[in-house]
Amino acid sequence: MSVPIHVDRVIKRYGDLTIIPHLTENIKNGEFFTLLGPSGCGKTTLLRMIAGFNSIEGGEIRFGDQVINDIPAHKRNIGMVFQSYAIFPHLTVRENVEYGLKLRKLDKAEMKKRTDAILEVVKITEYQDRLPERLSGGQQQRVALARSIVIHPSVLLMDEPLSNLDAKLRVEMRSAIRDVQKQVGITTVYVTHDQEEALSISDRIAVMKKGEIQQTARPHTIYTRPYNIFVSTFIGHSNLFKGQVRVSGTEKAVVFNDGYVVPMDNLSDEAVDGMEVIISVRPEEFAIHQEGLTCRIKTKVFLGKYVNYSLDFPEDRIVTDQPSIEYSQDLGHAERVLEVGDNVTLKPNCMKINIFTADGERNIIRDVVRYE
Amino acid sequence: MSKKRLFKWDFWTGITIMAIVIFGLFLIYPLFSLFTSAFQNADTGAFSMENFSRFFERKYYYQSMINSFWVTTCVTALAIVIGTTLAYFMTIYKIKYKGLVEICIIISLLSPPFIGAYSWILIGGRSGILTQWLYTTFGYEFPSVYGFGGILLVLTLKLYPFIYLYVAGAMKNIDSALIEASESLGCSGIRKVATVIVPLITPTILAGALMVFMNAMADFGTPMLIGEGYNVMPVMIYSEFINEVGDQANFAAAMAAIMVIITSSIFLLQKYIVNRKSFTMSALRPMQIHKMKGIWNVVLHTCIYVLVAVSMVPQLVVIYTSFLKTNGSVFVSGFSFDSYTTIFENLGTAITNTYLFSFSAIVMIVFLGMTVAYLTTRRKSWITDIIDTLTMFPYIIPGSVLGITLLLAFNEEPMLLSGTAFIIIISLVIRRLPYTLRSSSAILYQISPSLEEASISLGASPLRTFFKVTAVLMLPGVMSGAILSWITAINELSSSVILFTGATKTMSVAIYTEVIRASYGTAAALSTILTLTTVVAMLIFFKVSGSRDVTL
Repeated sequence: MSVPIHVDRVIKRYGDLTIIPHLTENIKNGEFFTLLGPSGCGKTTLLRMIAGFNSIEGGEIRFGDQVINDIPAHKRNIGMVFQSYAIFPHLTVRENVEYGLKLRKLDKAEMKKRTDAILEVVKITEYQDRLPERLSGGQQQRVALARSIVIHPSVLLMDEPLSNLDAKLRVEMRSAIRDVQKQVGITTVYVTHDQEEALSISDRIAVMKKGEIQQTARPHTIYTRPYNIFVSTFIGHSNLFKGQVRVSGTEKAVVFNDGYVVPMDNLSDEAVDGMEVIISVRPEEFAIHQEGLTCRIKTKVFLGKYVNYSLDFPEDRIVTDQPSIEYSQDLGHAERVLEVGDNVTLKPNCMKINIFTADGERNIIRDVVRYE
Repeated sequence: MSKKRLFKWDFWTGITIMAIVIFGLFLIYPLFSLFTSAFQNADTGAFSMENFSRFFERKYYYQSMINSFWVTTCVTALAIVIGTTLAYFMTIYKIKYKGLVEICIIISLLSPPFIGAYSWILIGGRSGILTQWLYTTFGYEFPSVYGFGGILLVLTLKLYPFIYLYVAGAMKNIDSALIEASESLGCSGIRKVATVIVPLITPTILAGALMVFMNAMADFGTPMLIGEGYNVMPVMIYSEFINEVGDQANFAAAMAAIMVIITSSIFLLQKYIVNRKSFTMSALRPMQIHKMKGIWNVVLHTCIYVLVAVSMVPQLVVIYTSFLKTNGSVFVSGFSFDSYTTIFENLGTAITNTYLFSFSAIVMIVFLGMTVAYLTTRRKSWITDIIDTLTMFPYIIPGSVLGITLLLAFNEEPMLLSGTAFIIIISLVIRRLPYTLRSSSAILYQISPSLEEASISLGASPLRTFFKVTAVLMLPGVMSGAILSWITAINELSSSVILFTGATKTMSVAIYTEVIRASYGTAAALSTILTLTTVVAMLIFFKVSGSRDVTL
């Protein structure tokens, strides 16, 4: 039986070091839930707390209604897929898959039926009698997946399962994992630092930083309406400009530092006249136009579907410490391709851009939620 | 909500307590007894320094310390020179029959420690084969093999393989890119060796040198047999201890204490130096093997073969003499199986004892080795750190000293163990556990903890996981360590010679007593059995470990 997971005000400490200060999250039954964040943000720590390999220093974790804090890992009925796959090298593929079933004392016929079925699902039936060292990385990954699912766990936990695979295989396994998960319909917690992987595979994503969840939302929401600057810059690229809110009557607008005004009709009530803000524009939210922000092309990278330009702006226009200011030009609709050294005027799309408070902590676009 | 449990009773708590009890009872407590009795007056039992002052006042006694130091230093230096040179040429150049040469080197390392001394007496002693032959044919008087020179010869030939094995292992881990880098910077020939290769293997040489030093310092059989007037500490301790007169036990304890202090100081010094300059190497592309050309190739091969042949001489002499006809202590012409018949009639129990004790010890060693290695690598805490340190102790405690400490500690009711088989077995366990422990830890570091977590996530309890997954994966590594432990256990002399009684005599002890009685034929037959057992065990080791990497 698949169950929802409730993480309720949990704390993780190593000695004096607090890794996770106070974290609450609810993972729905049957959903594909991803913990995404830079390395060292505590995502694997949290996953291992759910699995039972890390102790919980405060708060509680529940599977359904059952508090699992004090249940040892081997009694939690979890399926876990490891970064290193952790396939038992002394057992064949089939024996690896049967390992958990034997511990559950299933009768022979039932065990065979379930093993055969899962080998079929993950497409490794033909390798079932091989020893793992003779399997490729992708095949080992499939064994690990089969082994964790076949025991019908309450939840499936995956710790960066694709990070050891090459790029092409990663994309292939991504959809394989997604398909199997939907087919089995099991609550899945997936840890990754790869944002593209997270966006493509998840029902919902929780973006973590320093042991705290910055935003939990569907991939589309995370990308288009990030809750804060961290989410906005961690997922995809965002160009950050300094600006101010201008309110005249019921009309609201943001003014870039060079005086360019973008009327906005979706600012929240928090936006008041003269408020310092950070304007976040994604590279694809620019368009070449007569009016807008003027800048110079610094470098140009041809990427097939797109051309990516890095732009030169005067220092006082932009937030400092950004890796680059970028514009990507969709070649499907481009009228002319720019050259390095050209001056260009770019207009941000007012429907798409995001406006953050000056400290970068909150998005002041109306109806942006931290948790959905 | 969070509950802190200081103590949880499970299997691993049991193992922790067991390890502490074993090491506490059979290592720490006896050492403690040793030190207390060293500071005790034999008659009054009052604490005093008189045992120590007696040692340092009389030249007869403190000279043995100087002798020990001097001969050990010379052996270590010579072994470093021979072992390193051999390892360098064996790694860099193509040597014919390299495999066989290596096997011979390992055999000479693992053979019973005193066989060397006794064979060299048979060859070059007063009535030795070579001595007699040189004298009768050329009228030449062969220089004496007794004393300092003899000890140096025998121990160097026995112990240079330590350096060879360590350094050859390190040479394999030197990436050829390092050599190429030095060449690209304009370095070549002897300068390349001096500025790149030697610094890279220095930590390894130091590690090997420690093993040589400790073994040479603690060796009892060799100086006892071949040392004659050249007194060294282990012999002095032994003879003072078995001296039944009066206060000698306390004095022997004081000497043993001095020796433990010396060996621990050397141990700590070596650790200090090595820790300061340690690094790890792993070669993506090992160094290329070259072929030496012309006359130098012949010279190189000759040197290597002669060296190995000389190291193998003791084994061959022993096997040869075991088939000679004897009349008491004198060999007469012709061959026979008399020596073997005699030992099976008179010393059969020594043979069965050897196998019985060593197998009992190895069962305990394997169990303790696996579980304690698991504790100290996977369940680190301050308690397991203590256990980890304790398991290093046998490296620094000479066998004869351990024997004495055990006797001193378990000589009285309610813990009267002296004279039993148990005390010999426990001394074997304590002394030989480190090999198995080290190979177990080494393989544990290679087993990813996520394998265990995978098993646990599938519903196996941690204990079940240990036996079903971890132990199974550890087994090959553990077995290779266990075989080495076993080989050294059957050849054990220095502690057994102190602990044995008539009923618990082992082969090594029997060889020693036969040699002392000048019953060379039976000694040779026993040695042959021991050597063959060692060789067979070693071949099994090569098969199990799939390599010739012996690390002791």
